[in-house]
Amino acid sequence: MSFLATLRIALKALRVNSLRSGLTMLGIIIGVAAVIVMIAVGRGAQSKVEDQIRSLGSNLIIVFSASSTFTGARSAAGAAYTISEEDGYAIGREVEEVYAAAPTLRGSGQVVAGNANWSTTFYGVTTNYFEVRNWSLAEGRGFDQAEMNGAAKVAIIGTTVAANLFGSESPVGQVVRVRSVPLTVIGVLQKKGQSLSGNDQDDVLLMPLSTARNRVLGATALAKSRSVGAIHIKVRDGVDMKIAEERIRELLRQRHRLQPGQEDDFNLRNLTEILQAREESSKVMALLLAAVASVSLLVGGIGIMNIMLVSVTERTREIGLRRAVGARAADILRQFLVEAVTLSLIGGLTGILLGIGGALAIGRWVEWPIELSSGAILLAAGFAALIGIFFGYYPARKAARLSPIEALRYE
Amino acid sequence: MAPPLIRTQDLAKEYRMGSTVVPALRGVTLEIARGEFIAVMGPSGSGKSTFMNLLGCLDHPSGGEYLLDGQAVSRFSDDALAALRNRSLGFVFQNFNLLPRTTALDNVALPLLYGHVATAEARLRATRRLAQVGLAERMDHQPAQLSGGQQQRVAIARALVNDPALILADEPTGALDTRTGIEIMVLLQALNREGITIVLVTHEHDIAAYADRIIGFRDGRVVEDRRNERRDASADFSALDKVAA
Repeated sequence: MSFLATLRIALKALRVNSLRSGLTMLGIIIGVAAVIVMIAVGRGAQSKVEDQIRSLGSNLIIVFSASSTFTGARSAAGAAYTISEEDGYAIGREVEEVYAAAPTLRGSGQVVAGNANWSTTFYGVTTNYFEVRNWSLAEGRGFDQAEMNGAAKVAIIGTTVAANLFGSESPVGQVVRVRSVPLTVIGVLQKKGQSLSGNDQDDVLLMPLSTARNRVLGATALAKSRSVGAIHIKVRDGVDMKIAEERIRELLRQRHRLQPGQEDDFNLRNLTEILQAREESSKVMALLLAAVASVSLLVGGIGIMNIMLVSVTERTREIGLRRAVGARAADILRQFLVEAVTLSLIGGLTGILLGIGGALAIGRWVEWPIELSSGAILLAAGFAALIGIFFGYYPARKAARLSPIEALRYE
Repeated sequence: MAPPLIRTQDLAKEYRMGSTVVPALRGVTLEIARGEFIAVMGPSGSGKSTFMNLLGCLDHPSGGEYLLDGQAVSRFSDDALAALRNRSLGFVFQNFNLLPRTTALDNVALPLLYGHVATAEARLRATRRLAQVGLAERMDHQPAQLSGGQQQRVAIARALVNDPALILADEPTGALDTRTGIEIMVLLQALNREGITIVLVTHEHDIAAYADRIIGFRDGRVVEDRRNERRDASADFSALDKVAA
């Protein structure tokens, strides 16, 4: 019997019991859809985390001024300025593992341009800050060393600030006032979107560190101590973050003349670790989903085997008749195998459509990129066919091995 | 003289039921010539069904020889037997054994699909056979939409579709009323007149009377083998109609 004729018989048999066939397919449908959604969402999540690592600056360590217990009352981390600009330069200079270290000062306030104003966070930074954070400019230029040294009245703003102050106009060349200090905008940062903690990373204004200290913050104590809020450090590629952290800690303790046993007066934070933990957890999620999907596929396969066994029993007389009119055992085997594979393939294709739809819907909902891959779809379809063959084989063989006489006599 | 269509020599079959061996057929030697119409009779357990299964190439004998059309069928493989059933044999069963939810046409064409006949050709031949059994109008009907007699005629058309040398009919009238049964016998006699050899199993003497040779089985052996002056089924059928009128 030709393959086409066999396929036609299979489709007919499935159509006769369409409700039963549909229910049997459900397991495969759910399994395949789960596989596709899992891979699409998992890949999307992973590439989002990877993007975040890249945007944060890979190998980034941040040193914060710690809460100081000097006066007895603990203040919040970063409230007291225990680390200095010089600490930053020393780390860059003396710790071999460090590629660059950028001391920063942070403040917040109104930024005014013409009659528009916007409340934002501003940072005083050094020229290497952009490199450390892997930030680039969408427009204009960065600071030069002369501007750094001279506390030049220049600023670089994020896209959120730009949009709120200047709308669609180009901010480069315009003047903004921060705490009444007029600063000329010389550049706009590339849009970066939300940070891991949900902060708008584009709501920011950068100025030279000296400008921030001497002109904008202007606090006397600060100006004298040359202290900074944080030092952003980029570690060289291929260096163990733990070792780099340890060297930096040693250097700072030494510079701050801390006795052994005395608490650090600074905090070291390694953001990559947090991100890696996130990536790890997204991998665990993907694995869990894969487990659920494969269990569903397995259950679906058993369902197919179950229904095929019922079908073989129901159609014993038909099998006997087919043998009598000339079907070989192999024809019967093929007929039931094709039926099982058709069942699982239709289920698989439905699952693929459902999976793609589901992945797109989830993508819209979670607002992260969903990566549908043709590989995943092929994998799911192939898996569905395999399940049909695997779980269809036993019932089909049972049908093929029936003795024609007994099958014809079966009541 | 032409060689016989069927020749059996000490044909035997035994079944194993656990440790005991149950002999179903204890050496049957006979010849059936082309064009014969044979009725096989005997009580249940007499071995007539086993004999039919062997003639139908549905089973392997445990002893003896079976030559069908000069071929030593008893030594054929399963697949070769399947091909032989497909080409040379037609089966008619007591309970018709039509595929449900399948049109009469597709039922009749079924053996051709296993004989690798192209679909269009198969349909053409099936249509012709259905017309031959008087069901040209019912080609698209499914078994559930047909009467018992019509279903049996579809089954006969199916048995004929491969132009077999031999038709094996196992109690073909058993599930039908007398009138319809005689109608089926009219058809079988007509086919026999065209040269098709028919072996019919029945336990009804009235039905066996339409054959021209009667073979009786008992305890796995042939106990009777006699010529019979066949009754004309179509005459009986017309007579029935007159009584009804």
